[in-house]
Formats: sequence, C-alpha cells, structure tokens
Amino acid sequence: MRKLESKGAVRNRPRRLLKTKRIMKTEASVLGPGKAAPNFSLNSTPDQKVSLNDFRGQPVILAFYPADWSPVCTDQLSLYAMVMPEFKKFNAELLAISVDNIWSHLAFAKDRKLNFPVLADFEPKGSISKKYGAYKEKIGESARALFVIDHKGIIRWSHLSPDGINPGADGILSALENLNKPQPSENS
Amino acid sequence: MSGTTTVARKKTTGKTLLEPTSKETTEKYQAPKLEIPVTLERDHVEGPANAALTLVEYGDYQCPYCGAAYPEVKKVQKELGSELRFVFRNFPLTNMHEHAMNAAETAEAASAQGKFWLMHDFLYEHQATLGDPSVALGYAKRLGLDTQRFEREIAQHTYQKRIREDFMSGVRSGVNGTPTFYVNGVRHDGDAVAKALIQALNQTKK
Repeated sequence: MRKLESKGAVRNRPRRLLKTKRIMKTEASVLGPGKAAPNFSLNSTPDQKVSLNDFRGQPVILAFYPADWSPVCTDQLSLYAMVMPEFKKFNAELLAISVDNIWSHLAFAKDRKLNFPVLADFEPKGSISKKYGAYKEKIGESARALFVIDHKGIIRWSHLSPDGINPGADGILSALENLNKPQPSENS
Repeated sequence: MSGTTTVARKKTTGKTLLEPTSKETTEKYQAPKLEIPVTLERDHVEGPANAALTLVEYGDYQCPYCGAAYPEVKKVQKELGSELRFVFRNFPLTNMHEHAMNAAETAEAASAQGKFWLMHDFLYEHQATLGDPSVALGYAKRLGLDTQRFEREIAQHTYQKRIREDFMSGVRSGVNGTPTFYVNGVRHDGDAVAKALIQALNQTKK
C-alpha cells in the first residue's frame, strides 16, 4: 500500500519527469525505421566472418544483447532458437551480437544449442553496436536492441528493451509480417 | 516522501536482475498482452470460470524455474481463493529440456480423461523423475485412468499439435522464457513469487 502511494507521488514530481525525459532522449538513439542498416563484418568463429551484406535479398533480424551467460540473455536467445522455424517462414536470418569474445560465444552457443550465428563485436569493442545506437558506454555492453532489416538492407523495425526486460519474439514476428505488406514510403 | 520512495526501491531491487531495474524505463514501458484470450473450451482453468482475477502461466514441466514457481502459484491460489482462476498453457523449451515435450503430452493425455490438474501437479512435484515415463504411468494407474489409451496417446503424439499451438500463442504474446505469467492479460515482468504475483493481481482491482 505504502509502495503504491509512493509510486504515484513519484510520477507527479516534476524533477522526476525531467529525469525521465533526459533518459528517453539518450535511449532513443537506436537507429529507427527507414534508415540504411550499417554494414559490418564480424567473427562468428575464430576464422570466419559474417557480413550483413551477405544476406542482401532476404530479411535479417539483428539481436544485440548485453552479455553471454547472463540469465536474461539465455532466455532470450534460447527462445529465438526455438522460434527459428517461424523466422525461417519469412526466409529471415537471425544474427545475435554482443561484445563478448568469440570463445565465450562458441561455448555459449553450444551450451544453449543456438542455431544461428553469434557475432563478436569485440575489437574495436562495441564499434558496430555503437553504429546502431545500441551501446551502453557506461557499462561497456551492447544494449538489448532488436532490428528487422528488409531485403534491401533498410531497417524496417527497431526496438530497445528496458533494462532487464527480455523482449521475447512477438515484436520480431509482427515486424516480419509487416515486411510483406506494401510499404507506404518505398522511396527510402 | 523521498523516504517512502527509497523503501519502494529497496523492495524492488536486490532480489533478481530479471526485473526492471530503473523506474525511468518502467514508466514508458508497456508490457506485452496476452494475444489469445482464455477460453473455457480450450484452456486448462483452475478456479471459478467467472473469477475477477485471471493468472495465466506459460510453463515447461522440466524447467527448474517453473518448478520453483509451482508452490508460489499454489500460495497465490490459497491467498486469493475464489477470486482467482489459474490457467496453464504449455511452453516446452524442447531445445533445452529433453523431457519437456513428453511431460506436456503426459499432462494433456491425462487431461483427455479429466485429470489434467492432478497430473500437472504430480509432474511438478516429481520433476526429477521426468526421464522415467513409468513414474507418471504409475500415477495414471493410481488415478484410475485408462492407461492403454493414456500410453497410446503419448506414444502417438496425439496432443503435440495442441502443445505447439500453446507455444506459438505464447510467442505471439511475448513469452520470453519460462515461466511467464500474465496478470489479467498483461505480462508480469516482476518476480515469479507469490508476493509479487498477489500484489500484481490485487493492483488490477484498483
């Protein structure tokens, strides 16, 4: 009861709103729909690189996440491994990206039976995450951000999850469905 | 006033990293909603059909976190009594849990003979034995089920389609791991413990 009252009180405090605005501003930095997805070439194994441009002509899902092994990520990426057949119905490729190094990724992907490339944005650290506006400077990790990129390499949907909230796969599936609908502004 | 804020913050942090850690994000954040409404025809519903409060769980019988949440749900049911109906939907993470699908099929096969909740509870209370189908079969016998039919339906994967439908309905509703709860149709992003669930359920009454 006490907690409820305090929550209401907090919402009504002007200082609080200002702080919220500031944070929303910094968080709104992920690349939005209509922008060209910056290309990258990142290691998926010690001797193999994966480039975004390799997948031109088909939809690509980018899942930036903070770290291998943390419980939330585990749920998120394991879930995506399970939902892969649904993504494949749209001929979509999923690429997961974090700043962990490739050896951590390999062990992580094996342990969680991940059936998609897990890419290391390791050196220079977070440089691709930064290009997508999906990097948290203070903690030095990728943000939990999702992008759906169309067959031409244009971002059609992006989503930044609040801290600690695992986004699930519903937004991705809706975005993939929307790709097949006529685009209102095809001039981008 | 700032004193009470501190109290609230202390209560919500420190337990787990899974919940929203900053109020800034929770204020503009809207949790996903249950896309497939609860229906008495299809769903496993425990509690009065017209209860004011509905708690839906997407769960996996082999998942240790679901096992931990099982007694918490029982506490919630005890506390809220006839105000609450509890709904269980299948979300077997088959890539992680090799016995999860078989366990879900076991519960559905018991459901076909009117004993879903007894089998559901039994499976969660005997998670360690899920690899041995004879344990659930023995229980089915004790329940007086037609075990021939029970075994046949599991072997023929009679209910796998239904289980996969549950799974996809969960995916479309933003299920992001197991267990995932929905409180009156909105995803519960807090802890899967009785206190947090009861609080979330009671809040919907206001």
